[in-house]
Amino acid sequence: MSKKYYVVHASYNDDEVLMDAVKAVRAEDHDIEEVYTPFPVHGLDKAMGLKPTRIAIASFLFGVTGLLTAMWLTKYTMIQDWPQDFGGKPNGTYGQNVLSFVTILFELTVFFAAHLMVITFYLRSRLWPWKKAENPYPSTTDDTFVMELEVEKDLDNVKALLQKTGATEINVTEKIDTEDYE
Amino acid sequence: MSHYESPYREPLILGKKSYHDISVDIARPIETRANRNWWIAFTIALLAFLWGIGAITYTIGTGIGTWGLNKNIGWAWDITNFVWWVGIGHAGTLISAVLLLFRQEWRMAINRSAEAMTIFAVFQAGLFPLIHMGRIWDGYFTLPIPNQFGSLWVNFNSPLLWDVFAISTYLSVSLVFWWTGLLPDFAMIRDRAVRPFQKKIYSLLSFGWTGRAKDWQRFEEVSLVLAGLATPLVLSVHTIVSMDFATSINPGWHSTIFPPYFVAGAIFSGFAMVQTLLGIMRKVTHLENYITRKHIENMNMVILLTGGIVATAYITEFFIGWYTGSPYENYTYMSVGAATGPYWWAFWSLILFNIVIPQFLWFKKVRTSFIWSFLISIAINIGMWFERFDIIAIVLSKGHLPSAWGRFEPTFVDIGIFIGTLGFFFVLFLLYARTFPVIAQAEVKTILKKTGQYHKNLRDKSHE
Repeated sequence: MSKKYYVVHASYNDDEVLMDAVKAVRAEDHDIEEVYTPFPVHGLDKAMGLKPTRIAIASFLFGVTGLLTAMWLTKYTMIQDWPQDFGGKPNGTYGQNVLSFVTILFELTVFFAAHLMVITFYLRSRLWPWKKAENPYPSTTDDTFVMELEVEKDLDNVKALLQKTGATEINVTEKIDTEDYE
Repeated sequence: MSHYESPYREPLILGKKSYHDISVDIARPIETRANRNWWIAFTIALLAFLWGIGAITYTIGTGIGTWGLNKNIGWAWDITNFVWWVGIGHAGTLISAVLLLFRQEWRMAINRSAEAMTIFAVFQAGLFPLIHMGRIWDGYFTLPIPNQFGSLWVNFNSPLLWDVFAISTYLSVSLVFWWTGLLPDFAMIRDRAVRPFQKKIYSLLSFGWTGRAKDWQRFEEVSLVLAGLATPLVLSVHTIVSMDFATSINPGWHSTIFPPYFVAGAIFSGFAMVQTLLGIMRKVTHLENYITRKHIENMNMVILLTGGIVATAYITEFFIGWYTGSPYENYTYMSVGAATGPYWWAFWSLILFNIVIPQFLWFKKVRTSFIWSFLISIAINIGMWFERFDIIAIVLSKGHLPSAWGRFEPTFVDIGIFIGTLGFFFVLFLLYARTFPVIAQAEVKTILKKTGQYHKNLRDKSHE
């Protein structure tokens, strides 16, 4: 059996009005599917109940990976595979040599932490060349703030609520969920 | 009100602007045709660039002998230009990373262009060591990859190799930092575009950015972490550049104050270049409401501070050299010998352009004047070039063995390559100014209500 539902797009023209609207809609126990904004609105993620992002933790782990890689690289090439004597300076152990590798360890730590974090961000947020943009209206990258809701019943109540929160425009599309519900 | 800001703070966005006005203003240079002045500037830059390509081709085809180098002075213009260009790059990262960590909102109007300048300047810088290798096709020798010589590895003890790692990390991290910030702005241009070709290009560049709440949350976190990583990175880059000199045993180079002194000098010259570029750009692209007198003044204050650090370093070098009583120290770049020797003109150019002229910025009238800021910034660009030339050519011209003393005279090839990099830099920057959103409009929109002149006035009136 397929199920009918509505996708509601409510547009706002101000970030503060949007914030109050998000809070009001959440207070009425409606789930907000998505919010599209032209710029980062401070506190919107908390108001929507989004979990904090863990990308900084990921970056830390990538940095540790970079540090270990750099340590292995300098140790293998300079101490194990082809040890050399530079100006009679001690070169027998990694501990005696590591001071002159500090810059390399640092640079590779930063290299790994930065690049792998950005790649993770692009993949998680589905950003890459030739990716098609999915914002409901072109103006959401300019000056329109759009709240997206999925409603199964009470459509009129939801519309009235959105109207009350100061939406400048409300668009409803009917969708059929093709998944089987048995 | 979450957007309150003290009325004593000067507004950063002038005039009555809405969010849409900001989009329109920033998209304008991209959506309109280039005027005659742009074409003239572009043609000159392109010719200089072609001249540089000619000089580089001649160098690679014939050899490093085409340069003015000799037995004592094994590197001069190339390394001077390398350090100069890398130094210029530093302001971009300082503005976008360090000022982000300090929550300085005035950075938002200038960070995009400053970062573009960073990337384009590092391109120029990277050219010099590559050409100086002589056999540019052997450039991969600097990478630690297994090779045909029985796995002879690179030397990780060498500051020159540290430089390879520092510059490549710096260039690539700056590039992704810049591009990530550009995504929402490319998306704005994409969604405004009318011509199908333009829409296609900006869709490609914007990576399908949609501006979901989760994306913005990640975007802000990524920006913050990248700023945290880029801050020590930018300090490390010029520290390592200074180690190219400081780890050697030449008097005048073997100096422990080089790293902080070079970093301050890099920021000094970088801000001067930002000032030069934005002084012209704000007028040409009609962005005077976003890049205001306040921005110019703030940059001048950074220039004054870092210029002070550099001047202190010069005086320290001069005094300590004299105080050692060692005769060798009389031939370093900061000595009586340098001031009165054959390179006296280079010595005094440095003093005039880097120490004397920037002091005028103490006067508020001067540092809030567009034309004076522009002229002083050009003086600093020249002065900082002379600093590197002095450190390299003066020190090397008089080594430990008086019979081997010599002089460096640049050939037309040396000069041609330098002019070529200037041309290449301006070609890139001029193209950027017509095709990229030159101000981070998404960020500027976040501070509009807080620091926009119209919104501030509205609030102040309602408080009365």
